Amino acid sequence: MPNPHPDLVCRDLTKNFDDFCAVDHVSFEVPQGSFFSILGPSGCGKTTLLRMIAGFQSPSSGDLNIKGKSMIGVPPNKRPVSMVFQHLALFPTMNIGDNVGFGLRQRGIAKAEIKRRVETVLDRVGLPGVSTRKIDQISGGQKQRVAIARCMVLEPDVLLLDEPLGALDLKLREHMKIELKSLQAAFNTTFVYITHDQSEALVMSDHIAVMNHGQFEQIGTPHEVYHTPSSAFVAGFVGDANKIDATVVAVNGSTLTLTSTGGTQMFIDAPSTAIHVGQSAEVFLRPEAIELVAVGDGVNDPDRVNVSDGVIESVLFNGANSSVTVKDRSGSLLKVSLPQTGAFTALRQGDRVFTRWNPSQVRCYPAPAELEN
Amino acid sequence: MVTDKSRLGFYLLLAPILLWLMVLIILPHIGLFIVSISEKIGPREYATGFGNYAVFFTEPLYWNTFARTAIMSIVATALTLLLGFPIAYYIAKLTRGRTKTTLFLMCMIPFWVSELVRTFGWMILLRETGVFSNLLMALGLVDGPVEMLYNDAAMMVGLVYTSILFMVVPLVTTLDSLDDGLIEAGYDLGGTSTSILREIVIPHAMPGIVSGCIVVFMLSLGNYLTPILLGGKDSLWFTGMIYSQFITRFNWELGSAFGFLLLVLSSLVVFIGLKLTGQSLSNTMGPT
Repeated sequence: MPNPHPDLVCRDLTKNFDDFCAVDHVSFEVPQGSFFSILGPSGCGKTTLLRMIAGFQSPSSGDLNIKGKSMIGVPPNKRPVSMVFQHLALFPTMNIGDNVGFGLRQRGIAKAEIKRRVETVLDRVGLPGVSTRKIDQISGGQKQRVAIARCMVLEPDVLLLDEPLGALDLKLREHMKIELKSLQAAFNTTFVYITHDQSEALVMSDHIAVMNHGQFEQIGTPHEVYHTPSSAFVAGFVGDANKIDATVVAVNGSTLTLTSTGGTQMFIDAPSTAIHVGQSAEVFLRPEAIELVAVGDGVNDPDRVNVSDGVIESVLFNGANSSVTVKDRSGSLLKVSLPQTGAFTALRQGDRVFTRWNPSQVRCYPAPAELEN
Repeated sequence: MVTDKSRLGFYLLLAPILLWLMVLIILPHIGLFIVSISEKIGPREYATGFGNYAVFFTEPLYWNTFARTAIMSIVATALTLLLGFPIAYYIAKLTRGRTKTTLFLMCMIPFWVSELVRTFGWMILLRETGVFSNLLMALGLVDGPVEMLYNDAAMMVGLVYTSILFMVVPLVTTLDSLDDGLIEAGYDLGGTSTSILREIVIPHAMPGIVSGCIVVFMLSLGNYLTPILLGGKDSLWFTGMIYSQFITRFNWELGSAFGFLLLVLSSLVVFIGLKLTGQSLSNTMGPT
């Protein structure tokens, strides 16, 4: 059921600096209680966008609504948003209780009430009884929770998070992903999360906006962004993908026939892409969409398409994410995920294998040079 | 052996500072103390006693000047802090790159000339036939020449001016280390400029404030040139009294006693200041 008043609405939001446009006509809506991520490489303008929502930078043009009210010209201390900073920005001169109570003190709330609310919120983030401790006496993950508590105690309409997991080690980061998601569900507050880490965005978000060069390339659910990327940038940025430069040699209904620069022929189902014969294109093939077939295992079956043989160039062992790179006859490399079933664990460098992939599991976009013509 | 060698190195490196402390600080003070407890009872005849200290307490001019010097130094320190803090905040937080370096350098340039020259500069501005007096007359605001030198206000201006750099430098250093994110977080959580200054900026800058204040207070208390040249005869300063005992009156015994009293006074004020602000000496003078 669509909410008539989304918590956060941006319309044609633009930020120009002296000589470049950091945020270029960005429009989006974030419904109440959802987890919205903005994913993009560094320098794509996502931090500028977040700082505009928080009020630290004013947009050059466009409108920003929070709970139906325009925030243009409203200073950061008057906005119903709170922000968890990249380095958390906990006040080192105060203890945890004073940190969390800072915002309440600014509102002139009675001391006893502040103490009660601080204890309640620390309890909710799973840190009861730490309010007299100093900031440097708690661990990284606990600091994270204190930073969130410090914002949540003010009951903001929107919580902004600026890559807060960036400084944590891998194990803790994995843990905090799950924790953030459950905290968001528990507080039922709208979260706007910016990150350059696709796995953070994919795991936690209800919706992801993929940003590049100041513009949103695609807004969609994690599933949509991963499986049906709308542009070559999204396909390349979200998830792992083999990028193959190719030329279209035939269009037969929805099936395209392409030849890679290395000379390999490929068949692709591309129902909606407007591509014509002779055009050069970029083909994105996920490592997990490629199947490894042992030599002589029915690969010569005429029904089978996109089968080619190659030699294992290297084995990249990474536990559950292990993969191999396969060099085909034309010399181009293809990254292939190893199946989790334990098959092919004996693969070694120099072994001969066949690769096979389904024409519907691949995305094809016109090459950028072609777009400009 | 390696340990013997490294121990030798340690003592060699320590030697200059030990030598400096011994020869230039500790020995003269011991000498000064011995002189201060010698009472002159006749020509070339001395007895040991605290008579010189008694003179100080029985003569109101002496301890009045003493108290005056202490209070004026504290006021000068407070004024320097009030003036220096905004300057330091501006340099540390509101400027970047070249502007920052230029401003910092501009604070320092006056200190490339000697204190005497700088004080004469103020005299040229403030004296009866000086720049300000002439300017006021030219504007028709006053009828005759105005003497602005030789009073407490002129002396205070001189004291603040001489020591402001020693306040700005430690303040810029501590304020520089304040993460801008903390100030932004303060605003984001609904803080106003005043509450952020009070709750975030000042607590963070406290070591710098205290170390700046200690240095400025010591410099003011021990200043000789500025009070004499700008304050004149009407603004007595305790260092002036020490000078006149040693040089004019040839009363080294009383002069030494005064010197010791000044040392006790400055240590006491710094101690009280540290206790009041809840800082420790190692905290403020330690690595920032």
